[in-house]
Amino acid sequence: MTNKIETINLSLWYGEHQALTEVSIEIQKNMVTALIGPSGCGKTTFIRALNRMNDLIEGVRISGEVLLDNEDIYADSIDVVHLRKRVGMVFQQPNPFPMSIYDNAAYGPRIHGIKNRGKLDEIVERSIRAAALWGEVKDRLNKPALALSGGQQQRLCIARALAVEPEVILMDEPCSALDPIATTKIEDLIQDLKKEYTIVIVTHNMQQAARVSDMAAFFMMEEDRAGVLVEYGPTSQIFTNPEDKRTEDYVTGRFG
Amino acid sequence: MYRHYKERIVKSVLFISALAAIFVLGLITVVIFSEGLPLIAKVGLFDFILGAEWRPLAGIFGIAPMIVGGFYVICGAMLLGVPLGIACAIFLAEIAHKRIRAVIRPCIELLLGIPSVVYGFFGLVILVPIIREHFGGPGFSVLAGSIILAIMLLPTVIAVSEDAIRSVQRTYKEASLALGATHWQTIRNVILPVARSGIMAGVILGFGRAISETMAVIMVLGNAPIFPQSILDPARALTANIALEMAYATGDHLQALFATGIILFVVILLSISLINMVQKRDMA
Repeated sequence: MTNKIETINLSLWYGEHQALTEVSIEIQKNMVTALIGPSGCGKTTFIRALNRMNDLIEGVRISGEVLLDNEDIYADSIDVVHLRKRVGMVFQQPNPFPMSIYDNAAYGPRIHGIKNRGKLDEIVERSIRAAALWGEVKDRLNKPALALSGGQQQRLCIARALAVEPEVILMDEPCSALDPIATTKIEDLIQDLKKEYTIVIVTHNMQQAARVSDMAAFFMMEEDRAGVLVEYGPTSQIFTNPEDKRTEDYVTGRFG
Repeated sequence: MYRHYKERIVKSVLFISALAAIFVLGLITVVIFSEGLPLIAKVGLFDFILGAEWRPLAGIFGIAPMIVGGFYVICGAMLLGVPLGIACAIFLAEIAHKRIRAVIRPCIELLLGIPSVVYGFFGLVILVPIIREHFGGPGFSVLAGSIILAIMLLPTVIAVSEDAIRSVQRTYKEASLALGATHWQTIRNVILPVARSGIMAGVILGFGRAISETMAVIMVLGNAPIFPQSILDPARALTANIALEMAYATGDHLQALFATGIILFVVILLSISLINMVQKRDMA
């Protein structure tokens, strides 16, 4: 097993509020790692620290390290644009751009300089196929993406992320706005994608974490700080035989 | 029972207020058209709009020079003001630090409140002499009018466009950045296209302000009712035509000024319809 991402004593503050507390974790390549925990525990903050989306928020302060292939992504020498190309993201609400399906999938490659129509066609088809959406949209690639159903929009967002050929895909509660059937499709897709990508997924849904993930990390908040990593290990162990009492209480539904 | 009664009073007061607004508007429209239309009928619509000569005392009423002159002035103002205004809006909405914005935005809103005679006075005292000395001609010119109008339409374009850019959902911006787009790529490829209809509304409102402006253009345009041959020549705007001659106009001449008003009225009506059309299309 190889580490794809490693955080070392990662702490993060929004102004005075500490949202991550010395998180050290090793995320393995070609595996699905689920981040679970109650609302406000810092899961989303953690996942957004992995592609530096927190940079957009004013007053954020970070200490510790985040290593991607053993390279600190917060080092001065790191190009954030290049980092985000390597670490893609799928958001909680499906957020396709108000353009055609084709233009959504082609957005990433285009901004990274691919202009050749044939090449773009190929990337668009490959990534939409990889997101298990091709059969449903291949005849209407020029139709607006916003006309798709929520589940289709979310798969298009996954396709859009895949089109820039990332190494890691971060998913922030990707199914929370979807119905159960659409959720199943995304979960199946995650299983396919882990062959080629490293996936980190934030989820509120315990069953989902149990179904899709290989590794699970349980976060909690304490009185004056959040983002405390309580336990991290193989999903089966976290759900059936947790070491920490708090993990057990959470996964058995006693709180949260 | 008492509450019900009160409710009815409030409703009728509001209804009467709305009616009053419509009544006043209707009255003005009726007066303008009933005063102006007979003259247009007498001269002929085409001769009125396309006539190259405006000699009211000789009974010759052609407003083509003013339509063309006004068109040049407005085009110039839009060419100068719109790109600058949109650029400023992008800066304020996307790039400027909160504290910088907190200073600039109120200044821009203040610019909206300055009376147009002040802008005109600035143009007359500062701009006209500069143009006369550095570019030649009388100074009172299409160029001076364009610059003054550009300054005047800037605040409208900036304020409305900035609001439109700000109202673009954050999720679009995040999605683009998360794909490895730079901030500028995100602005150009996602934010501006999404904000387009709002920006268009700002541009058209700016246009409305420019075309209806009277005082400032009278002060810097020179007001000769002839076709300007270059941007350094004087011109006369339609609004100025009314303001300049109303004091002594009688008979047909007075009606011709009302007829000028009709043309202005129609142009502004068309531009408002254009706003609504653009916005409806973007909603769909």
